[in-house]
Amino acid sequence: MSILRVEQLSFQYLQANRNALRAVTCEFEPGTVTAIVGANGAGKSTLCFALAGFIPHFFRGKLQGKVYVNGADTQQTPLAQLVTQVGMVFQNPFNQISGAKLTVSEEVAFGLENLGIARAEMETRVARTLQLFDLQHVAQQSPFALSGGQQQRLALASIFIMEPPVMILDEPTAQLDPHGTRQVMKTIQTLAAHGRTIVLVEHKLEWVARLAARVLVLDKGALVADGEPRAILSRANAWGLIETRYARAARAAMERGLIEKKELLPQTLEQAKDWFQIEG
Amino acid sequence: MDIQVSELYFTFRGGSEVLRGISFEIRAGSRIALLGQNGAGKTTLVKHLNGLLKPTRGDVRIGDWNTREHSIAQFARRVGFVFQNPDDQLFKTSVAAEVAFGPTNLKLDAAEISRRVGRALEVCALQEVRDAHPYDLASWQRRWVAIASVVAMQTPIVILDEPTTGQDAFGLARLAELLDEWKRAGVTVIAVTHDIDFAAEQFPELMVMAQGQVLARGDAEILNEPALTERAALDAPQLMQLARALGWQRAPVTVDAFCAELAAKK
Repeated sequence: MSILRVEQLSFQYLQANRNALRAVTCEFEPGTVTAIVGANGAGKSTLCFALAGFIPHFFRGKLQGKVYVNGADTQQTPLAQLVTQVGMVFQNPFNQISGAKLTVSEEVAFGLENLGIARAEMETRVARTLQLFDLQHVAQQSPFALSGGQQQRLALASIFIMEPPVMILDEPTAQLDPHGTRQVMKTIQTLAAHGRTIVLVEHKLEWVARLAARVLVLDKGALVADGEPRAILSRANAWGLIETRYARAARAAMERGLIEKKELLPQTLEQAKDWFQIEG
Repeated sequence: MDIQVSELYFTFRGGSEVLRGISFEIRAGSRIALLGQNGAGKTTLVKHLNGLLKPTRGDVRIGDWNTREHSIAQFARRVGFVFQNPDDQLFKTSVAAEVAFGPTNLKLDAAEISRRVGRALEVCALQEVRDAHPYDLASWQRRWVAIASVVAMQTPIVILDEPTTGQDAFGLARLAELLDEWKRAGVTVIAVTHDIDFAAEQFPELMVMAQGQVLARGDAEILNEPALTERAALDAPQLMQLARALGWQRAPVTVDAFCAELAAKK
């Protein structure tokens, strides 16, 4: 059974003059990594908000269609209950850090405190989570003293500890350097290996190709493609996505008659190595 | 207008030393991308170039002005600065008013202000939202409002802190056009970026920082040195990585150069 189901979802923000989402229908299987891609304004973040219940509980507007999380209709279920099912990590980790806590360790424990979990159980879970996100060395530092990569891992950790079966990640590496990006992507792989369902919005298509088993493309609020990453990403420039340089070079080589035309373009270094070696 | 940085040291109050002895010169009209890890000191360095931060030791000169001796308001005429987080610089109630703020402070006449605002909004594709409140825009659009504010100032020096964050293919193409325009106008552009492919394609010169120091400066070829990229925790540009993986001697960084090399091999 699908853990997330979206049926004919349309949404228009209050005071907006057009729909941010138009009749989007899709399902997500448990334990999978799905990437959502699209140009700016395509509706990616709006879909994330709807999957996490922030629409309709936080953002107001005109909503049509349904979102089901583990069978529960998000419009009928209070946000407090939804957050135990779906955790969302935002683009900017600063927005996620509570500001109420003095140390990284307390920040990670913050969500659990609100659930009234026993002290011993809490300590075990905090220690385990800090370890998993490689934050044990900075456990006693202020959240604001961390590097960007550490802050983003803290944001992920503070959601992870709630053990939601679904995690929605909206461009979690937008602010990070290559090293921080690698760390976060590795963490996402770990989460998937723990059976979490991951929905990832990401502009860096090489990472999409490396991490996701499936890619959804949004264009002007509509779901326009849904399938295997390499096939979808080979058409990236049709939707205003930033193609990998591997794909761009492959396309240019075909256009200049250096290589015979093929449908699938390389998206990762490994794929590019094969693509150019066989042909070149 | 040249930039001269000599023996620059900077320590945040009560904190650690962020910049540790930096010296360089940037000639008028240069276009440089500043690369390095989070925490390398890139943003702290560029905040010295418009007087936002003052050296703990050493000097920064923009043309004939030492940053110690002039106010941030004065530097606004010489250095345009687009912050990493556009929300740090937007405070007006409409996009057009935001873009007009700088030129108004320059005490230009109304016609000139209106001309500059119109032009900046056009270049940044913001005409449709000119009356919108910046905070009703998406973050990628707010970044363009911040860029437009700097375009309207027509400063001889422009600093862009992470301009590609959150941009899609249309945004990147528009940014490339703007860089071309600045190139034609002889504007000095310094961009802090994590986007190494964009940096290698768009900037003739790269400067690599780590731990508060400048490790290297040169064209994209410097990234073909694993000792450097490892020390600065950078990835090489994708096409450079590919050329290496294919066992090529040369490591092109642009699609054109890559295809030329491929053609030569055939």
